[in-house]
Amino acid sequence: MTNSLISLTITEALKGLKDKKFSATELVSAHIKQVEACDHLNAFITKTPELALKQAAESDARIAKGEMRVLEGIPIAMKDLYCTKAVTTTAASQILKNFVPTYESTVSQKLLDAGTISVGKANLDEFAMGGSNTNSSFGPVENPWKSSTHPDKKLVSGGSSGGSAAAVAAGMVMASTGTDTGGSTRQPGSFCGIVGVKPTYGRCSRWGIIAFASSLDQAGIFARNVEDSALLLQTISGFDPKDSTSAQMEVPDFTGLLKQDIKGLRVGIPKEYRVDGMPAEITAVWDKGIQLLKEAGATIIDISLPHTKYAVPTYYIIAPSEASSNLARYDGVRYGLRVDGKDLQETYDLTRAAGFGKEVKRRIMIGTYCLSSGYYDAYYTKAQKVRRLIANDFRSAFETCDVILTPTAPSSAFAIGENDDDPIKMYLGDVFTIPASLAGLPGISVPGGLDNQGLPLGLQIIGKAWDEVTMFKTAYALEQAVGFKDVSPLMKRGAA
Amino acid sequence: MSIDKTTVQKIASLARIKVTEEDLAYYAPQLQNILGWAEQLQEVNTNGVEPLLSVSEIACRLRTDVVNDGDKVDDILKNAPESVEGFFVVSKIVE
Repeated sequence: MTNSLISLTITEALKGLKDKKFSATELVSAHIKQVEACDHLNAFITKTPELALKQAAESDARIAKGEMRVLEGIPIAMKDLYCTKAVTTTAASQILKNFVPTYESTVSQKLLDAGTISVGKANLDEFAMGGSNTNSSFGPVENPWKSSTHPDKKLVSGGSSGGSAAAVAAGMVMASTGTDTGGSTRQPGSFCGIVGVKPTYGRCSRWGIIAFASSLDQAGIFARNVEDSALLLQTISGFDPKDSTSAQMEVPDFTGLLKQDIKGLRVGIPKEYRVDGMPAEITAVWDKGIQLLKEAGATIIDISLPHTKYAVPTYYIIAPSEASSNLARYDGVRYGLRVDGKDLQETYDLTRAAGFGKEVKRRIMIGTYCLSSGYYDAYYTKAQKVRRLIANDFRSAFETCDVILTPTAPSSAFAIGENDDDPIKMYLGDVFTIPASLAGLPGISVPGGLDNQGLPLGLQIIGKAWDEVTMFKTAYALEQAVGFKDVSPLMKRGAA
Repeated sequence: MSIDKTTVQKIASLARIKVTEEDLAYYAPQLQNILGWAEQLQEVNTNGVEPLLSVSEIACRLRTDVVNDGDKVDDILKNAPESVEGFFVVSKIVE
């Protein structure tokens, strides 16, 4: 039997399992084989094949008894920012390299309860801080796609959920979890030619997700098509008393409402997203997306989000400030690395110096500065005020439109090492994803086409708060119209 | 605003991160650049704008003040670098 099981959609796989065309053990084994074949991508920090096969056997037993759960036997990857009971959880940091949680995050528990099978913990930028997955203390993740003009170059997978995205794009798993603080599921989704979705802030529980910037952090999903992503998001959504920011709201039927007509849907196009120096190919993919939605019956509305240019600097005050506070817990006392000094104070200093990487230290220090006495109002309070103006921009825009269509990122995947010593340039890679994050809105990246190098480019659909249904519906219509069928070379080879 | 090595040293001490002379030379210009770039926010008129503290607009939930968790000493200490008889151990603080 060939490894064609890795190219199934989740819906197809569930049907195949139910009809006993193949077993969960066969399905999981096929994916573990692909994980091994793609080892050089460095998509995983911890692999758990034995555990996965044990769970697959349990899934087969359930299927035999007719007790199949909603995602029974589906192989997934878990971003190594989710605490998983008895499985090492590192946040890609040396400070947590030996941390073994004694509890399971709410989101990963929901996925376990639904029958999914995790094959391992996916690589990421340390503490989810980055847009290239080159800030991992376990090494960078390589994108499974190759540039046709520079095939020798190793490309970034995007970040921060780079391992999760690469694993789905290379056919190592059928879906994966990410987290999204400023674009960390949408941008890697774009770079890897797959779907990356972030729901409304408060839709999913953050309990057990290692905190970066709590007012922005939200769980997310990667999959190879919109329907699969909706299925997974459905599973992880919902109120959790353990997270005071999770919303006590009904979760609509995302998958059931996916295939509705978009006739009359009002799609907003923000003029501020036509930034200087954007590659013509990205503008072309965007314009094509606009045209396709129009042909599908949508009405195109020009909108303005006037404070867009301030979103990235606002984010790079708020997120580091919250990170500086959140990461104060890594003191070498209760868990994590400890480097002993001559007294407790020096133990803290040495532990944190040895445990955190460059970008994490940079952000902690920026945040510490912005929150320090005498600067708090000028930086942190000011940024929170501009954040309200950014949120208000969206609120006004949504009076005239139902969803917003933009490019996901201002570039396709770049080479590993590029931009590494230019933090601001790296930060600007999130220019299109950060505004929606600051406003707490749901966003999804759908493949829109390939650039001149044969690399994927994503289109982002931003929805109103709590209206993932319209976002998914638009994404599905766009996906059908674009008809993106390309897969990464590694996936093609694995499935052959 | 100017971020020199002395300022970085002060920030690093507040953040409890030991930095070397080399680190100071590396971070000073970077922090200067990033914070200088973020100063563009000053050009935005925010008179009368309330800071946005939470996007979710969910009122803080209350719960009954009862014990609903506990008896997890072993779990809590499991990842501790050092522990003795149910306590975390750190180096001596008081002489």
